[in-house]
Amino acid sequence: MAKPTVRNVLITPIFENNPIGLQILGICSALAVTSNLRTALVMSIALTLVTAFSNLSISAIRNQIPSSIRMIVQMVIIASLVIVVDQVLKAYAYSVSKQLSVFVGLIITNCIVMGRAEAFAMQNPPKLSFFDGLGNGLGYSTMLITLGVVRELFGAGKLMGTTILPTVNEGGWYIPNGLLLLPPSAFFLIGLAIWGLRTWKTSQKEIPSFRIAAHVHAEAY
Amino acid sequence: MSEKKETIGRTLLVALAVCLVCSVFVAGAAVSLKSQQQQNALLDKQRSILRIAGMIDEGASGNEVRRVFNEGITARLVDLQTGQFSDAMNPRTFDPLKAAQDPALSHTLAPEKDIASIHRIERYSVAYIVEQNGKLKTLILPVRGYGLWSTLYGFIALKDDLTTISGFGFYQHAETPGLGGEVDNPRWLAQWPGKEVYDDTAHVSLTMVKGGGAKGHPHQVDAIAGATLTSRGVEHLLHFWLGPNGFGPFLQNLKKGDA
Repeated sequence: MAKPTVRNVLITPIFENNPIGLQILGICSALAVTSNLRTALVMSIALTLVTAFSNLSISAIRNQIPSSIRMIVQMVIIASLVIVVDQVLKAYAYSVSKQLSVFVGLIITNCIVMGRAEAFAMQNPPKLSFFDGLGNGLGYSTMLITLGVVRELFGAGKLMGTTILPTVNEGGWYIPNGLLLLPPSAFFLIGLAIWGLRTWKTSQKEIPSFRIAAHVHAEAY
Repeated sequence: MSEKKETIGRTLLVALAVCLVCSVFVAGAAVSLKSQQQQNALLDKQRSILRIAGMIDEGASGNEVRRVFNEGITARLVDLQTGQFSDAMNPRTFDPLKAAQDPALSHTLAPEKDIASIHRIERYSVAYIVEQNGKLKTLILPVRGYGLWSTLYGFIALKDDLTTISGFGFYQHAETPGLGGEVDNPRWLAQWPGKEVYDDTAHVSLTMVKGGGAKGHPHQVDAIAGATLTSRGVEHLLHFWLGPNGFGPFLQNLKKGDA
């Protein structure tokens, strides 16, 4: 593998190696917080910051961390950052933090953060790790914002709380798709997005792990 | 991996150092942001009270909320058992929801009384009073109860006759978006003002009916389509909080003028 550069650690996770689309990480929060765009945006920013700074600090002390306790050290750093983000949100974006409720706290267990710390920051210098975290956060954000836009627009006829498609309930013409406001709809949308992504970037297609063999016997009589 | 890094002493040292730095960082953030957070929580509550009572617009600024609240609203502690005003606690800092979890300030409800499924009820609650020329204009009371799968928290505002509703709404719930979540729909909420809580015998008579009931009926409210259990929950919580085990005795006292 070529030596990673700032440019490609920042850009590739957006489409080429999307944490949700290709690595299928961080699905839980992608289902929970995308029913409207505002929460999706705040969550994206929070996760991007946490990933970037946890990568930065873990990478900075990576040569000091004894390998027997490296997971716990990573966890402590990530957890501290998440608590700080949660506190800042409570202080400066109270209503959004109320809607996000436990999901900010759950960034701690988000596989993307831990995954990047373990897979990248432990082997690479701080600057590169910081941008890798930023890049992966952006990949996650791209997916979250897409879901948020689709779900809020077609589920409630709004974007960021402003009416775009006036719904029938409020005297307009648009009959909203209520399913989109429920978490399972994000599964379908992520599925569609992955399909789209793999059709566009064919290198992401996986080789089928098995094929059903052809019939060797005739049908039952 | 160097051998030196893996000794027990060194592992402990690194663990200690990381924990120390992180705890200072977290504690610093928590302490320095605390006052801002408390202000937010207070502001959020004042905003919901004013919004439900119809005293501010949806997008009012923080300063406006504070001004309208401080100028127009007096909080008074109410003893739910005796139905009288009380001075046992400071109503500005007293939190009825916290009190409901505290064995010293609350008691368990018998199942047949607990129509709103709240399990415990606090001894004291807080009533918010709007006065005009020294006379009661609006009384705002906190209500809560179980819907389909969440507890709905809201306020109800009553006019000076203590039976006509002037505003009703919720500030927190987790009902299904699009179905039970329609309790937040302004068009649904708009049918509440003008309804009357009590009939001639001081019995809570509000009912949720399919299709909205007879036009201009004082006690019937249109239930929410597709959300039978949430509608039932709303009906039950109003019956509970405005009935004999909730604010009922207080409202009767207040009406007689000896609260």
